[in-house]
Amino acid sequence: MNTLLPTDEAGIVAAITAAHAAREPLAIEGRGTKRAMLRPVQAARSLSTRLLTGITLYKPSELVISARAGTPIAEIEAALAEKGQQIIAEPPDFRALFGATEGPSLGGITASNLSGPRRITWGAMRDHVLGIRAVRGDGEVFRSGGRVLKNVTGLDLCKLLCGSHGTLGVLTEITFKVLPQPEESATLAVDVADIASGIGVLSAGLGSPYGVSGAAILLQGSAITALLRLEDFAESVAYRMARLREDLAPLGAARRLDAEEGLATWRAVRDATALGATPDEAVWRLSLPPSAAPAACAALAGFRLMLDWGGGLIWVAGPATETAHATVMAAAQAGGGGSFTLFRAPDSLRGAVPVVPAEPPALAAIAARVKAVMDPEGILNPGRIRLGA
Amino acid sequence: MIRLPAPKADVMARRPEIIAGLATLLPADGLITETIRMKPYETDGLPSYRQMPLAVAMPRTTEEVAAVLRFCHQNGVRVIPRGAGTSLSGGALPLADAVVVGLMRMNAILEVDYADRLAVVQAGVTNIGITNAVSADGFFYAPDPSSQLACMIGGNVMMNSGGAHCLKYGVTANNLLGLKFVTIEGEVIDIGGRHLDAAGYDWLGLITGSEGQLGMVTEVTVRILRGPEGARAMLAAFDSIPVAGQAVDAIIGSGIIPVALEFMDRPCIHACEAFAHAGYPLDAEAMLIIEVEGSVAEQDALLDRIRAICAQFKPISMKVAESPEQSLAIWKGRKGAFGAVGRISPDYLCMDGTIPTGELPHVLGRITELSDKHGLKVANVFHAGDGNLHPLIMFDANDPDSFARAEKLGAEILLLCVEVGGCLTGEHGVGIEKRDLMTAQFTPGELNIQRAIKTAFDADWLLNPAKVFPLEGNPAFA
Repeated sequence: MNTLLPTDEAGIVAAITAAHAAREPLAIEGRGTKRAMLRPVQAARSLSTRLLTGITLYKPSELVISARAGTPIAEIEAALAEKGQQIIAEPPDFRALFGATEGPSLGGITASNLSGPRRITWGAMRDHVLGIRAVRGDGEVFRSGGRVLKNVTGLDLCKLLCGSHGTLGVLTEITFKVLPQPEESATLAVDVADIASGIGVLSAGLGSPYGVSGAAILLQGSAITALLRLEDFAESVAYRMARLREDLAPLGAARRLDAEEGLATWRAVRDATALGATPDEAVWRLSLPPSAAPAACAALAGFRLMLDWGGGLIWVAGPATETAHATVMAAAQAGGGGSFTLFRAPDSLRGAVPVVPAEPPALAAIAARVKAVMDPEGILNPGRIRLGA
Repeated sequence: MIRLPAPKADVMARRPEIIAGLATLLPADGLITETIRMKPYETDGLPSYRQMPLAVAMPRTTEEVAAVLRFCHQNGVRVIPRGAGTSLSGGALPLADAVVVGLMRMNAILEVDYADRLAVVQAGVTNIGITNAVSADGFFYAPDPSSQLACMIGGNVMMNSGGAHCLKYGVTANNLLGLKFVTIEGEVIDIGGRHLDAAGYDWLGLITGSEGQLGMVTEVTVRILRGPEGARAMLAAFDSIPVAGQAVDAIIGSGIIPVALEFMDRPCIHACEAFAHAGYPLDAEAMLIIEVEGSVAEQDALLDRIRAICAQFKPISMKVAESPEQSLAIWKGRKGAFGAVGRISPDYLCMDGTIPTGELPHVLGRITELSDKHGLKVANVFHAGDGNLHPLIMFDANDPDSFARAEKLGAEILLLCVEVGGCLTGEHGVGIEKRDLMTAQFTPGELNIQRAIKTAFDADWLLNPAKVFPLEGNPAFA
């Protein structure tokens, strides 16, 4: 594909203005690591923010950092680590899942609102974005939010753009909140008999006063392991781990992972490599209330499974077929219903089926009007999320 | 004074028919039309502005809310959504040709689910009502605006309310899972649900903080959190504002995120001490309230670290609460700050800008200059961790000149917040109060995008019109 690679925001404006005038659709991307996600975009050319790089503001004592959209997440993490801080939402690196050769950009992570295990307790990427600069589908630059931690001035377009997958505007610069890295991290692994018992362990951990910051379930063969993570000052981690072990003792045999194993395990959960999807399999993400997870997983017998976010996020891998997709969509109805995303699939499948749930008609009508405001000619990533949107 | 649009003459003329129509949609006690009984609804937490509405509707169900909105839409009648009426920015101020739709009868807690750590409540449940429903089991709802005894969760959603503890726990938007949302056409839409991060556009995030511009909310699914084992506060007093600011930077820089980190200046310390007798140091120029959480041993360890950091900045005094009761006493002064200022001044305006925390000494210095220029006293209380500043401007509402100066001073303080890289409002909302200052923070193009998104939800601009967006340049009021 022919890729436009502007080096600054003015270049993004020029490219979009021209495409708007010509009514030419553009595939919008950062570093292109998630091209295989959601629906394939029908566009002859793509517009990348890859060359818009660099941290533009970093105030550690104010817990605030700004960077241009194409800045690699790894570069931001390195700058933060120098000051003992970190990105709160623990953004995943899906290069293994999508066969990419490099890691994601800030813009890509923000536009797709992707968060790792810490999301369950500390919030999603969208919860920490404080301000954006972006270019609308007619080439107009706009800002929302700012660089301060508390701001309710005007409509919150930061949240609207987070998770919009480049369909409502092209992010050029993002400002977000950061936090200190914990002094210590510790992981408790509890062997459980089934998923329902595993959810019981995670709910007990998350319902404890100890500030659990990761709650996942791994399935390896017939072995099912519930994982709970604590991140805090060393003396707090020691105390809280002891209390947690005591409280959870009746729920299964528990062991504390050593530091290295803990780090590797949470990375494998974050990046979904622990799911063990084979290259030919499709991958889905379900978001449900955790209490619905056992029923959803029961409906997915034969699929590979991994659970995060207290059991509310279910990663699924299985055959890349419409039949399998229908089974997954049905499983997403468990417990009153949640959300699903066909995360990875061959173009033929992801182009043929709904990759996210349909919106009710009244909301779909509002969505169409909002899309028309942000992208009057429908040139930004057309069809990326839903057919015709 | 902020200008309000002229009432629609045709609506005013049709008042009897409109009231008759609404009466068919609501139970007999669900519609108020007599002047004397509408009196409590003519203003909110910004009592300098008052306006009697056309009528006040008090639905009990989502269906009744939908029926009232549908009727208003069909009849071109403006709608003012209202929670408890505690808005400090005039967000619930009526218009003469508008129907106030109040949530006060929708006050049921529908469900508490500890396994999934959520509660489903009607929008008229008070903020503290949610915590009260779950506190016996050790849980709480995190955002805690100062008005939490009275304010309603529906209003909190519409204003994206914060509180003193959002440095750790976030604001309303960070603690929601789902909404029952009613459009001006009377369509009922479930937004989000009982799960995190639904795929597709983040309508939950857009609606939260939309100040009644996009629709009404009748039910809210909130996340509830298990409370910490305990919490304790300490005071640290300093003889200069910049030094107190440096202490705040050093605490955050050390890797500690206290659950609350509050800053008061001398006038505020004095007003609060006279009210609460909390043992605040009257010789200080600035005082910090710092709260930490955990077991008693964890609290001790954190407070030791914080005390050691503060000691580097030569505090006048430090006092660590020895008990939960002493913590409450420390907080009593801070939580009562607005009331305390109300005791020493006939009236006050509470401002709500946010600034980069590093700008605090500069901004407080400039506020002192502005205060002298306009001849009005200002007391400052500040969420120091997140930069949200609440200058309290003391004035006399019976003196029109005093009120005019207070509004001028308030506007200049908020413009100063924008000038140093901050914003007009951190948690109170734009409402009517800051509407005309929006051009200082946003370009005309940026305001037009926001207006167009409102139009996508409310084509006829019937929902809470004349708030948030300046009337000038606004096609709905041309």
